[in-house]
Amino acid sequence: MTQLPLRAQLASALGRTAATLSRVTGRGDGSVIGGRVGLVLEPDLLRKLAADRKLVLVSATNGKTTTTRLITSELQELGEVATNAFGANMPAGHVSALSQSKQAPFAVLEVDEKYLPEVLDTTGATVVCLMNLSRDQMDRAAEIWLLAQKWRRALAGRDTHVVANCDDPLVTWGASTAPRVTWVSCGQPWKEDSWSCPECGGPLDRKGDDWACRECTFRRPEPTWVLDDDAVLDPWRRRWVLDLQLPGRANRANAAIALAVADAFGLPVEQALPRLREVTSVAGRYTMVERDGRALRLLLAKNPAGWLEAFEVADPALPIILSVNAQGPDGRDTSWLWDVDYRILAGRPVFVTGERRLDLALRLDVAGVPFQLCESFDQALAAQAPGRVDVIANYTAFQQIRAEFGRAV
Amino acid sequence: MPSDSALRVVWIYPDLLSTYGDHGNLLILEQRARKRGIPVETVYVRSSDPVPDSGDIYLIGGGEDRPQILAAERLRRDAGLSRAIDRGASLLAVCAGYQIMGSVFGGEEGQPVAGIGLLDIESVRGPSRAVGELAAEVDTGLGGHILSGFENHMGVTRLGAGVRPLSRTVVGVGNGDGTEGCHAGKIVGTYLHGPALARNPWLADVFLGWATGPLLPIDDTWYDRLREERLSAVLPR
Repeated sequence: MTQLPLRAQLASALGRTAATLSRVTGRGDGSVIGGRVGLVLEPDLLRKLAADRKLVLVSATNGKTTTTRLITSELQELGEVATNAFGANMPAGHVSALSQSKQAPFAVLEVDEKYLPEVLDTTGATVVCLMNLSRDQMDRAAEIWLLAQKWRRALAGRDTHVVANCDDPLVTWGASTAPRVTWVSCGQPWKEDSWSCPECGGPLDRKGDDWACRECTFRRPEPTWVLDDDAVLDPWRRRWVLDLQLPGRANRANAAIALAVADAFGLPVEQALPRLREVTSVAGRYTMVERDGRALRLLLAKNPAGWLEAFEVADPALPIILSVNAQGPDGRDTSWLWDVDYRILAGRPVFVTGERRLDLALRLDVAGVPFQLCESFDQALAAQAPGRVDVIANYTAFQQIRAEFGRAV
Repeated sequence: MPSDSALRVVWIYPDLLSTYGDHGNLLILEQRARKRGIPVETVYVRSSDPVPDSGDIYLIGGGEDRPQILAAERLRRDAGLSRAIDRGASLLAVCAGYQIMGSVFGGEEGQPVAGIGLLDIESVRGPSRAVGELAAEVDTGLGGHILSGFENHMGVTRLGAGVRPLSRTVVGVGNGDGTEGCHAGKIVGTYLHGPALARNPWLADVFLGWATGPLLPIDDTWYDRLREERLSAVLPR
């Protein structure tokens, strides 16, 4: 690594001090405040910290944190990797992550969808990994077609290797101005945001994972990597059974695109895949926790597409606790509950809690799914017989539950 | 083929306008009819298909700027909805769908876009986004109820002489002039999504009553509990 200019060194060091103070005083994990302090002292800090590194930016509506973790694990085969492991995915979090591993020749950064153009411009990343775009916290998030349009402008004519999911029409449209794209077929279970063509507005005809516009030439590009059930087909049509410890289709999709990113760095599947298999939980997601003889598996679901993937992981033979809040980070509007099809839960014991439990209660009532309303998570837990239980919660509800278990997970 | 005795609920363009849980309005009408023993048939009309004129209740929802313009273009070429209204059908138009029912609305750059003129209203793009909980006193002959819901839009809507305001806002922005939504004949427009009928089951029953006549009472426990919780969180004490 080249030496940082003195001002950037100082900004970076003071940022790290602020981060430490944040942690020891219990105010946070330090990943945002440290970066903010650094950026105030040296606005160009992110550019300077990113220079001379091989950088991957990971963006999507769902799966950013997990995929960032998977790619980080793979690239550790090649050398030290800086990363924002705790999901602080805006520039302050990026500065903080890069400051903490100044010598790392590689960096993998999760990036908020809105910030991708800015962060790409600042860092000149080597690889950009794009997985999916769907409705998410509409009371504060940008409209997703506009997001994809900004991606198009940011990627046009840029010397960056894009690795993108061609099964998502909006992601494909967002990525397709890039001169160099590796298309990966990762699937798209949630299709409610892509019935019309992002290019011309015409209807999209869909058959399996394939799609094409009925009115213009926009259609799904041919993938070079394909997620095929429990395995990945590489560009040489070799079939690699994934055999991950992380559960579910969504994580197999995340692993498929992570393998394509590894390949972009010349890291072969035989070296990358064992690293993916070592990952067991990511920032509390998919963790098993124990209390009083109950074993809970914690699943995070923040939007309709995320709930669909969480239902795929949840075990139909087990009781399930659902917890929903509507604080700022969750989106204050609970209308998205009506976009989730809860009927799949009929037949298992369902327990409803969280600050907006009455919104969820009515939603389940209309879906014809019997449930028990619980005033608190503890009450929901106390209602369980000893044994395994699934828990699905949205963002702040999930953090509250994690806090109950001391964030040990 | 549809049976003639079933209540037909037609959802217009879910592929373009269903961004904010709009499906919920359909599910709620269906549930509240079935609980009263009224058979229901639901029809989902994609934007590439013609709008049938044989429905009893029509729904159109909210969406982003570009799909809203596409939906307006397609509806201007398709007279199915107007024919249905002429023969006595009802319509709940939400947010982007509400604006489309007027003579004009503002596109993504604020440019005027022609609506389909079923309601005497004009909308423009306002200076800032109205986002948050809304509560309003209902101001039509529909019933003396409080309207409750969530709004998220940039529209400012001026009501003409041919419509009545649906309500007077207590909390929130609505049309932008102290009123929220509007009402003319059997057409109701509102900025409330969330969906509107989850928080206002009385309004769902207005539509069901128009289509089928007097309604039996049903158990509204979960609706009432949600409504009370939201109104107590939102209304000034």
